[in-house]
Amino acid sequence: MMQHIDVSSMLHQAVACDLYSNLVTRPTGAAVRAQIQALVGAVPDRSLTVIDFTHVQMIDFSCADEVVAKLLLPYSHGEAADDSYFIFRGLTEDHWDAVEAVLERHGLALLVEECGGAAPRGVLSPEARAAWEAVRALGAASVDAVAARLEVSRERAASALATLRQQRLVMCAEGMYRMVAAARG
Amino acid sequence: MTIVLAVPASLDEHTFEQVLDQLAAAPADAKLLVDARHTKWSSPYGLASLLCLAQSRAERPGFTLPEESDTLSYWARAGFFRHAEQLFELHGHVPRGRQGESNVLLDLTPITGSADVHEVVGRIQQKAAQILTQELGLDPKATVGFAMTLSEVCQNIVEHAGRGGWVMVQTYKWARRLGRRVVQIAVCDAGLGFRQSLESLPGRIVDDRWDDAAALEEAVIKGVSRHRDRGRGQGLAGARRYVGRWDGKLSVRSGTARIAIVPSWDDDPPLAEKLAPFAGSQVLVTIPERLPPRDEP
Repeated sequence: MMQHIDVSSMLHQAVACDLYSNLVTRPTGAAVRAQIQALVGAVPDRSLTVIDFTHVQMIDFSCADEVVAKLLLPYSHGEAADDSYFIFRGLTEDHWDAVEAVLERHGLALLVEECGGAAPRGVLSPEARAAWEAVRALGAASVDAVAARLEVSRERAASALATLRQQRLVMCAEGMYRMVAAARG
Repeated sequence: MTIVLAVPASLDEHTFEQVLDQLAAAPADAKLLVDARHTKWSSPYGLASLLCLAQSRAERPGFTLPEESDTLSYWARAGFFRHAEQLFELHGHVPRGRQGESNVLLDLTPITGSADVHEVVGRIQQKAAQILTQELGLDPKATVGFAMTLSEVCQNIVEHAGRGGWVMVQTYKWARRLGRRVVQIAVCDAGLGFRQSLESLPGRIVDDRWDDAAALEEAVIKGVSRHRDRGRGQGLAGARRYVGRWDGKLSVRSGTARIAIVPSWDDDPPLAEKLAPFAGSQVLVTIPERLPPRDEP
């Protein structure tokens, strides 16, 4: 299942005011994240959530930590049981200053929607990044296919793919790794 | 017994130390009279710190207003008397100034909760964009970082002070000191201060090397927070990056110390210790006008 979350709408609900279009302060960020998590948690099966910042004017470091980092941390730490994936839409260079800082602080990566589809940004090892590129090039790929393409051992390819899978940067079903992709609309 | 604290003619983050030196010599329970009769000018830091001084006293101090009508009028427009009359016994005629002084980006505004931070960030954005780009010649990218910095330093009060504080933002020309326009954000409170806030971190070792300077170094330079949460402590680190990018200055005073990120145009020491004690924390961000690049000879 795919769902779209307009962060600006979440913000207005969180602060109970339509006048604010800035994601600032920790309590606001925590409230917005709680709403996102509630929506994501309501989906029983595998889900892809597009988190849309298009109408958010500004986000500060504290709010980026609450909304983005704390949303992703349970997945990155392997503590999340659900099969959820996220693509971040509408992140501008201005948003990125704060988002990049919190990703670096926690060693996280995420998928950002770009012209050619979703691309990983944030903290990612060169091996994991190469494995992600290999999956993109191959479409659907097994560990062996990625290992062959990267000319690395099966173990190293498996490790890189497991990292990507844990960080929700690729999907995996029946031994095949695939890109996480969202339809526009 | 009433102790008179003379306010210097020009009040900024440096000359406010003269007020604090006088305060340090006064008994804690003494009645104070803050004498600003001969004061002709104050920076946002000076005005916000005067409010904090009153807030830090058990007994409401007296306050003698400036004699200069221009000064009175400006302080009124900056919102000083609106808050001062809640904290001081004012002596003198308080002018009812209009708000909206063109170089006051944000008049003295109380910060007590997250809603106040939303309010000040929302209020300042449009005006800040115009002033930073058109008057200070900064890249439009500086505007968002400015609002982020304002947000983070204000949140410092909400998160750590334990009581409300004030913020003020203003542009003016530093004729003698720099010969350029600057914009300043002053955020001051009379709350816990960094040392006491960090001491609440479980497991904190308080040894003989632990003091206000050490606390400031941890909070401002190392990004240490009183929370165990790894994501905390990013606000001041972000403010530090912002002033670095735009050749600005960040100075944070708390307790008996002041730490500063000092740009090449300023000669403040990076760390000042053994200052007169003062409650809470006082943060000052200064961003200077960008000079046009020099022509190659």
